[in-house]
Amino acid sequence: MTPNSGWTPDQPIISLRNVHKSFGELEVLKGVTFDVMKGEVVCIIGPSGSGKSTLIRCINALNDIQEGSIQVEGQEVHDAHLDKLELRKKVGMVFQQYNLFPHKTALQNIMMAPVKVLKEPKEEVEKRARALMAKVRLQGKEDAYPGELSGGQQQRVAIARSLAMRPDVMLFDEVTAALDPETVKEVLVTIKDLAAEGMTCILVTHEMGFAREVADHIYFTDRGVIVEHGPPATFFTEASDPRTKEFLSQIL
Amino acid sequence: MEDFFRELAEEAPRWNFIWMYEERQQDKILSGIWMTIKLSVACVVLSVIIGIVGAWLQGARSRIVRAIVQGYIQFFRNTPPFVQLLFFYFALGQFTPVVTGDDGWTQYPIITNVGWAIISLSFFAGAFNVEIFRAGIEAVPNSTQEAAESLGFTRLQTYKEVVLPLAFRVSLPALNNNLVNLVKTTTQALALAVPELLYQSVTIWNDYPSAQYPTMLLVWVVYILLVGILVLGMHRWERGMRIPGYGT
Ligand SMILES: Nc1ncnc2c1ncn2[C@@H]1O[C@H](COP(=O)(O)OP(=O)(O)O)[C@@H](O)[C@H]1O
Ligand SMILES: [Mg+2]
Repeated sequence: MTPNSGWTPDQPIISLRNVHKSFGELEVLKGVTFDVMKGEVVCIIGPSGSGKSTLIRCINALNDIQEGSIQVEGQEVHDAHLDKLELRKKVGMVFQQYNLFPHKTALQNIMMAPVKVLKEPKEEVEKRARALMAKVRLQGKEDAYPGELSGGQQQRVAIARSLAMRPDVMLFDEVTAALDPETVKEVLVTIKDLAAEGMTCILVTHEMGFAREVADHIYFTDRGVIVEHGPPATFFTEASDPRTKEFLSQIL
Repeated sequence: MEDFFRELAEEAPRWNFIWMYEERQQDKILSGIWMTIKLSVACVVLSVIIGIVGAWLQGARSRIVRAIVQGYIQFFRNTPPFVQLLFFYFALGQFTPVVTGDDGWTQYPIITNVGWAIISLSFFAGAFNVEIFRAGIEAVPNSTQEAAESLGFTRLQTYKEVVLPLAFRVSLPALNNNLVNLVKTTTQALALAVPELLYQSVTIWNDYPSAQYPTMLLVWVVYILLVGILVLGMHRWERGMRIPGYGT
């Protein structure tokens, strides 16, 4: 990866062109194209199994693609010479199942990547980690192990853990889907704060109210293609595609 | 004390605790125990390292590497450790280079009988350790490793910081059992004339048949204590590594 790709912040920070992805015989993404500008919040909605997780996993190279192009800040992600570390510094990811490191405390979970991967000084990282714990409203839980935290608390630690790498883009894959209804809100508030600060976010979500409120743009995927998209103001009311309409009528 | 055992040997000729009053025999026993401990510690450490490296190689991309590890496991797991010892020492031992001593005349193999015993027993126990660690590694959710990967960890860093610490905790009970077996199996080094406790004991009761019962008794007691200490230590370790709110 060349450090100088000629990318400037007025160009899309993420750019997908005709992305195809198959697992063996099964084609999961069948030509997906979209752009995300810096500071934008994009929500991806769609029925289960339509390839939403696969799509965002391709953006940080957890999955490879067979065809097309994905660029992050002008760098091609699916390039044999890709510096994966450079990509992962730019793109943070939060998962549905939190996936915290169960043998580390909340604070250690947050500190681990900056210390071990970025080799930053421990004291400095700890300061930042404590600030992040406060930011996700978890002061006092620094020394708790994941097993001692509720789902919503774990998910907020997971968000803080990603933020500790100071990413330019955050990917959220149904991060509230495994939570109790009462704790969904605390996680959504955290994400809303982030969005308000100008973090570029791509969210896969089923929280339509949340999408309507924070998204700049909503994409509806079905069977590996984007069938409908638009800003929330028009998306929910003017959807023309029958599959989108059906999905929305079920979920709203 | 010494006098008591001297008198006991005279009164009850089958109960000659000779190493309680004769220094030469006492030295044999003590050096035997010391050798058993050294042998055990060396084999435990080496076999655990073999287990970790083997489990890591089993996750390698190369099919050849995985096949070699699998072959190693099958070979050492499915053949008797006693035969392995004999094979290593008498068959492979012939091919080891020798060094010439200070007198310019005597030749010493660079791997001694003790060396071969350690190598052979470590590979024997190591084969089981690979499987034990493998099972532990498989118990670590893939999603946890992906989280590390998405934070920029390399495969090696993920292995070191996330997979191993978690896999180790899962593996400890099975590892515990295997290491207990290993310590007991070190007695088979007797066949290579490694002067460990059993070897020394046998030489004593060959020289002094009247000391056979007491010496056998001693061997029982020493092993119960040695393995007891190992088990106690491992249990402590298991408890110390327990994560609050994780597992049971
Ligand atoms: N690693 C994988 N191997 C094979 N098939 C997969 C894999 N991951 C996902 N799939 C399949 O791809 C399709 C899309 O999955 P996914 O992206 O998880 O959908 P969504 O997140 O929209 O529910 C599903 O049919 C799923 O079974
Ligand atoms: Mg999904």
